[in-house]
Amino acid sequence: MIPVWAQVAYLVAAVCFVLALKGLSSPKSARNGNLLGVLGAVLAVVVTFLVEDVGNLSWILAAIAVGAVVGVVFARRVAMTAMPQLVALFNGVGGGAAAIVALLELSESSVTTPSLVAVAFTALIGSVSFAGSAVTFAKLQELMTTRPVTFPGGQYASFGVLAASVALAAAVVATGNVPLAVLLAVAGLGFGVLLVLPVGGADVPIVISLLNAFTGLAVAASGYVLDNTLLIVAGTLVGASGTILTRLMAQAMGRSVTSILFGAFRGGSTAGGDATGADRPVRSAGPEDVAVLLGFASRVVVVPGYGLAVAQAQHAVHDLATLLESRGVDVSYAIHPVAGRMPGHMNVLLAEANVPYEQLREMDTANLELRTADVALVVGANDVVNPAARTSPGAPIYGMPILDVDQAKAVVFLKRSMRPGFAGIENELLYDPRTTLLFGDAKESLTKLASAIKNL
Amino acid sequence: MDFSVALLTIFVLAVVVGFEVVSKVSSTLHTPLMSGANAIHGIILVGAVIVAGRAESTGVLSVALVAVVLATVNLVGGFVVTDRMLEMFRARRPDARARSEGAE
Repeated sequence: MIPVWAQVAYLVAAVCFVLALKGLSSPKSARNGNLLGVLGAVLAVVVTFLVEDVGNLSWILAAIAVGAVVGVVFARRVAMTAMPQLVALFNGVGGGAAAIVALLELSESSVTTPSLVAVAFTALIGSVSFAGSAVTFAKLQELMTTRPVTFPGGQYASFGVLAASVALAAAVVATGNVPLAVLLAVAGLGFGVLLVLPVGGADVPIVISLLNAFTGLAVAASGYVLDNTLLIVAGTLVGASGTILTRLMAQAMGRSVTSILFGAFRGGSTAGGDATGADRPVRSAGPEDVAVLLGFASRVVVVPGYGLAVAQAQHAVHDLATLLESRGVDVSYAIHPVAGRMPGHMNVLLAEANVPYEQLREMDTANLELRTADVALVVGANDVVNPAARTSPGAPIYGMPILDVDQAKAVVFLKRSMRPGFAGIENELLYDPRTTLLFGDAKESLTKLASAIKNL
Repeated sequence: MDFSVALLTIFVLAVVVGFEVVSKVSSTLHTPLMSGANAIHGIILVGAVIVAGRAESTGVLSVALVAVVLATVNLVGGFVVTDRMLEMFRARRPDARARSEGAE
């Protein structure tokens, strides 16, 4: 039994985690909140070493050192644009660790029936989270196609694996047999892959959040197996908050979580839009023409998207905005909730480029401003301004609230090519007579625009 | 009170707290919040350490050590990357404001 003082210390750590999540909910307290989380984690790990009869000490410390170095290097080196992949990766390894802990606990000690349920749950959900996160990572890193992957009978395969998993889980609970539990974890890996494969590119961030909640629940269940209340509290907190966050994100995209997970099976339309775009006329212009448009406007709304981030053009767009402001142009940024690849991702990227927080508009305000805007300057965004979300019920993004750039007097797209966005569908707005396209790398285009405006 | 009822109580209360704490977050902070929550479940490190500490055979120990490494990557990496994001949200803002005012 864990001594009372240690249980109290675990309680303090649990409170730290609650306050960490609370702090993360507001920009002012967010950083301190995160530090409080670190404090809780350090306290919990130190207490564990003190009260548990920890053998193999030098091996364990070495393993922690390796993990810490790997974690810090990844976390420090990764570009802000690759944040979603990294979160997916960290989430996956956490899920994997939870599954391993449950399997080892089963193999090492006699376990009571309620704990067997928890072991089966952790082994299954932990592996689903591990494999699912690996696939999301591959999709976001573009190691594989970002489009939904479906194959004939895929739906039956998923349900088949799920049914097999449930049967195996029941068998594990009944027998406590270790090889069966390992088989259950393998089935979980299979189900994780099948779960994420049919999810289309734009929906992947929501799946990360869902898998995050899964890992949380797996950790909570492993806490039950180990009689460790801290793991129960921390895991449950993440499970609950992750579920809410998943719903909030899905709402921002006008989707339900089930339609994201199973939409590709039902509609099949997610696989692609009309490929009619190739030979239709578009109006493209040089930087000088666009500079005139922008320089003599009274209100410009910038709509930044993932393309801006990829081109590392946050600073260039800020310079251009400053220049326009010096000419008396009113500039603001319209931030779609899922701009970038993860909800809130674009805010992080623009903050990195010193864009004043006051100029960022959330969607509702932005749509009001777009009605009176002279120019909507769309930099590397596509799906979040695609009117197909309002007009074509077959489109995978149908129903997603979008930024109404088509309400502005003129629309300028800075684009690399005519390639469709992450969701893989054509944007009708590109062919609108009020739309001007400026092709090229976002950063170069913005720099050219800035120098053209200086020469006006 | 039965021990498992006590655990159930803890579980249910944690669900309620988890729901309440994040229910009113603006989308601005969704990314750091997801990342922070992600770091918190890295506390499975505690479980991995307990299991590795009890391991008696080399086979079990090596598998447990894999769990320790994975959990530490989750825990440490998660907190560091969240801090890196939040650092940009906070520290540079006054500076940015000064720059934009200077431009007007």
